[in-house]
Amino acid sequence: MNNFLLLPIIIPFFFAMILMFGQKKIAYQRIMTIFGLVLSILCAAGLVLNVRENGPQIVTFGNWPAPFGITMVSDMMSALLVLTTLVLAMFIVWYGFASIGRKREQFFYYPGIMFIITGVNGAFTTGDIFNLFVFFEVLLMASYLLIVLGGEKAQLRESIKYILVNVISSALFVITVAYLYSVVGTLNMADISLKIAEINQPGILTVIAVLFLLVFGMKAAIFPLYFWLPSAYSAPPIPVLALFGALLTKVGVYAITRTYTLFFTHDLSYTHELLLILAILTIVAGCIGALAHFDVKQIIIYNIVIAVGVILFGVAQMNEAGLEGAIFYLIHDMIIKAALFMLIGIVIYVTGTTNLRKMGGLMKTYPALGWFYLIAAFGLVGVPPLSGFIGKLLIVQGGFEAGNTWSTLLVLASSIIVLLSAMRIFIYAFWGVEGQLSSNVEKSKFNGLFIPTAFLVVLSIFYGIGTEWLTPFMGDAAKILFDPSIYTDAVMKGGN
Amino acid sequence: MEIVMAFVCGFLFMAAIYLILSRSLLRIIIGTGLLSHGAHLLILTMGSFKGSAPPVLSEGVTDFVDPLPQALILTAIVISFGVTAFFLVLAYRAYHELKTDDMTLMKGSEDNE
Repeated sequence: MNNFLLLPIIIPFFFAMILMFGQKKIAYQRIMTIFGLVLSILCAAGLVLNVRENGPQIVTFGNWPAPFGITMVSDMMSALLVLTTLVLAMFIVWYGFASIGRKREQFFYYPGIMFIITGVNGAFTTGDIFNLFVFFEVLLMASYLLIVLGGEKAQLRESIKYILVNVISSALFVITVAYLYSVVGTLNMADISLKIAEINQPGILTVIAVLFLLVFGMKAAIFPLYFWLPSAYSAPPIPVLALFGALLTKVGVYAITRTYTLFFTHDLSYTHELLLILAILTIVAGCIGALAHFDVKQIIIYNIVIAVGVILFGVAQMNEAGLEGAIFYLIHDMIIKAALFMLIGIVIYVTGTTNLRKMGGLMKTYPALGWFYLIAAFGLVGVPPLSGFIGKLLIVQGGFEAGNTWSTLLVLASSIIVLLSAMRIFIYAFWGVEGQLSSNVEKSKFNGLFIPTAFLVVLSIFYGIGTEWLTPFMGDAAKILFDPSIYTDAVMKGGN
Repeated sequence: MEIVMAFVCGFLFMAAIYLILSRSLLRIIIGTGLLSHGAHLLILTMGSFKGSAPPVLSEGVTDFVDPLPQALILTAIVISFGVTAFFLVLAYRAYHELKTDDMTLMKGSEDNE
């Protein structure tokens, strides 16, 4: 049963196709979407356990030997990311039932979500660089649909910019793959890694490494390339925003991590130093944005940028602590960003505004919402029993071990800014005199939004408390990143 | 031959970037078209122009061109075709709703609606 690792990609794809039929029957759409996601979650959980027991799972399509066919590789990192993606998608879809609206539901909202999941899971699992491009396009096409669905003026305006940026970065991806192909003559990621090790990374490959950083950095929103993110993410409705904030930039982060740990490991003093500097600048830029805004959406959106910087800082250390911390923090951040977007979605629903200055006193009317927001905010910052702590601790440890003292202190200092920005929402919206309240808040709709969000926040608490239990999985994932020969051996042997 | 093609690709990229930086939305879309042409030509060039026969098995021919870049280009062409079609329809819809095709007027704040 080696094809098992394909199930988390194929099941959402299959359900996306059958959801194309019966687009007006909302009950059918909802039930099939949840059913498909639960089925994929079970398969993904099975995959994680399988990878834990038997090492990386590999399948090469059509029984071709490894460098000639398209290889799909599920190591611990991609298996965990696939599982996280599916779990988050389920909660966001559940949250969307109450808020996305009939019109959108009847117009291919659920197929769009399933296609985006297909693309994301495929991008996490693939072992072929051009196939990665194709999966990127799958998820981008679906994201174009979701960002513009509804056709409000703001959505039309922002999706034009979003699509333009992504068309350019896709063209750049094709160009970079062309350069890489002309140097190493192969597209299989394990084979590329071996070929680069053979020729010991001459200057041209360092250039290609920087090009990859540009391409994936544009998807992941790193420092000079994050300009499109704040406006593009402010356009779509909250469930779509939660999906984008939790998944899309993280695919770029994953791709940077994969290429910089598997391919370009022979000229660390240049490539990883560059990554380190860009990560620091990303954190600084995100901090400035998070403090500058009084719009709740924008504050959380800039927190995405900060988190991307922190994860890439961990990757740039290239030691086991830094990489393990990066994986811990990556998965934590996916969960907590989805939870935060869902929480502020509720805040926006009950107040009817995104402007912090107009809010106030929600603690009296919605105490549960306030406490859950407070927990999520502390989780975001990394207060010890909660989910963000262990990842940042390991990243900081990795930073000190690698001797980057000053930049590591800066990462620590960024936590204070994150705390300040998250607490500012809490203070303005939940404390003080009562501000603006939306007049037509329905109890059932509020519960429909609040219950999935509460479950997700509880999940993030368990992620923090269960660190001991998660460590072996994360350790496996970090080991394969730290030592790419495990990956290449597993693939080039032709899979088990 | 590769040198000539490198210059052609460079020229296409130059024209594409010039058009993408302009104000009119339609010129931007034409720019993305040129950008994908340049990228596709670059894949072909980077696969090198060795070999003379098309990559189809036939009697007595050994001097094939590299088949892989052609497969990559074919994939990239249909993808960019799909994206361009979507982008054009989006531009048409945006022109109807926003009553402008000038990118400098598409400002992103609540007051402009």
